[in-house]
Amino acid sequence: MSKAPDDLKYTKDHEWVRDNGDGTVTVGITDHAQEALGDLVFVEVPEIAKRLAAGEACAVVESVKAASDVYSPLAGEVTEINEALGDAPETINEDAYGEGWMFKLRVADAAELEAMMDAAAYGRFLEEEDA
Amino acid sequence: MPFIPHTQADVAAMLAAIGVETIEDLFDEIPSRLRACDIGSLPEALSEMEIGRLMQTRARQDGQPLSFLGAGAYEHHIPAAVWQIATRGEFYSAYTPYQAEASQGTLQVLYEFQSMMAALTAMDVSNASLYDGASALAEAVLMAVRANRQTQSRRVLVPRALHPAYRRTVHSIVHNQGIELVQVPYDRSGGHTAPERLAPFAGEEFAAMVIQQPNFFGVLEEVDALADWAHQHNALVIGVANPVALALLSPPGEWGAEGADIACGEGQPLGIPLSSGGPYLGFLCCRQALVRQLPGRLAGRTLDAEGKPGFTLTLQAREQHIRRSKATSNICTNQGLLVTAATLHMSLLGTEGLERVAAACHANTNLLAAILCEIPGVAPLFDRPRFHECALRLPAPAADLLRSLAAHNILGGFDLGSDYPELDPAILVCATEMRTPEDLDAYAAKLARVIATRTQARCPVEPKI
Repeated sequence: MSKAPDDLKYTKDHEWVRDNGDGTVTVGITDHAQEALGDLVFVEVPEIAKRLAAGEACAVVESVKAASDVYSPLAGEVTEINEALGDAPETINEDAYGEGWMFKLRVADAAELEAMMDAAAYGRFLEEEDA
Repeated sequence: MPFIPHTQADVAAMLAAIGVETIEDLFDEIPSRLRACDIGSLPEALSEMEIGRLMQTRARQDGQPLSFLGAGAYEHHIPAAVWQIATRGEFYSAYTPYQAEASQGTLQVLYEFQSMMAALTAMDVSNASLYDGASALAEAVLMAVRANRQTQSRRVLVPRALHPAYRRTVHSIVHNQGIELVQVPYDRSGGHTAPERLAPFAGEEFAAMVIQQPNFFGVLEEVDALADWAHQHNALVIGVANPVALALLSPPGEWGAEGADIACGEGQPLGIPLSSGGPYLGFLCCRQALVRQLPGRLAGRTLDAEGKPGFTLTLQAREQHIRRSKATSNICTNQGLLVTAATLHMSLLGTEGLERVAAACHANTNLLAAILCEIPGVAPLFDRPRFHECALRLPAPAADLLRSLAAHNILGGFDLGSDYPELDPAILVCATEMRTPEDLDAYAAKLARVIATRTQARCPVEPKI
């Protein structure tokens, strides 16, 4: 069973969101997502200052098995990107919720965050998806 | 076993399953004006014997003219071994080698081709080829617009001295994707894209700048200054080069302080016969940092499960069968057979052989230009150094002169007036290593005669009727 920390929010596309408490959030892909993808060989993160709509494809993760888009969980502006992933995409496999973060967003509407799934809801979602 | 997979009953069953009445209904969202309906002009099928006779008749029409025509496709000597080997059964298939376990030979040829092209252009990576030089440039432009992260611009600087067919092809492919090609004029006395003519563009944003070396007129561009200007203005540099010329000239990867970001061009001069215009092959190379934006097949060398070296297609997540609509391009093949010939050609000639071919072409064309310019009224259009083509001003309409020469079985060159009305009457001539001194003299003598007939003063005595 893959991990899903309680202090994060989740999307149906298997992204996680951490509220940094300063109007920004950190975004990555979940442990379940990295497990399903397998060994990552390439990560493309969005550009700094790029404005994203909620649900917009903004990054790419490519593994030995597949290439997938990562969708922005919320509307906002990219404030920071994890440049270390360029040389070490496997960081996401090793530490999806920590060092494997992908980008930070200044969110346009904090209420959107509240409406997202919490860890328990994401867990139920995964069970339904498996079923 | 039926060889046609879909019987009428199969088709009816499939249509019923998706609730559509006819196959035609599947295409109804395409406006009728965009659909090619009229194939009624296709002739009736012919038997093998009839086709054989028709093709023999057509082949005879080709003749074997003495060619001084270049303009993007060049008659070079091709060692007999090239096509003898390329048409062996093991190579004689253009199909993409998806199955690495059954295609090691083909994959290794692609890998060797890529290595040779990367060495020739001084770039990090080469793909396994595209359709031709013009479509390779179109892909390079699309790639640059995607890859340039310093600007959101969808505008690309394109010299007017770039091959006109390339300009048209790139326009056809990119203009509906919202990419604008902005023309840079050429210098009327030098025939080159003068770096100082770029000044008016300094305040604008461009995703990339195209530099062709040598340019369409055969004139050498100041590639270092042009490349540096582009990089200083946050534009990527796309080098279009003749691969034979690269044996002598500095390669795109070494242009200016940083080198070109993408290099592409026409591979026909590397062992591919003229064949009335095709099939040819395009090459496309880039810096390592741009490889994820590179379209087309890539063969790579790796180790198998037992640690033995082997070859395989690689980085396929760029491609259509993995990324679908988000692939780098709709290209999903390469010119396998022509790549095989080009690889054989390069290995047979070697570095030194290719250098000698390039030097012979350069010397021959300079000699031709000198001989032709002894004819009154014929003069070089441009005063800058050239590779193996020369633009000449003529004292009479170019089309008429070329037609008269053709009647003497001489292809006299390319009529520049059709694409550059400001230069009319003028032609672009080329003499590769295939032309002997006798050929050059024969051409000069015929050209002098047809010019004399056209330009001589009319006889002062009116004929009696």
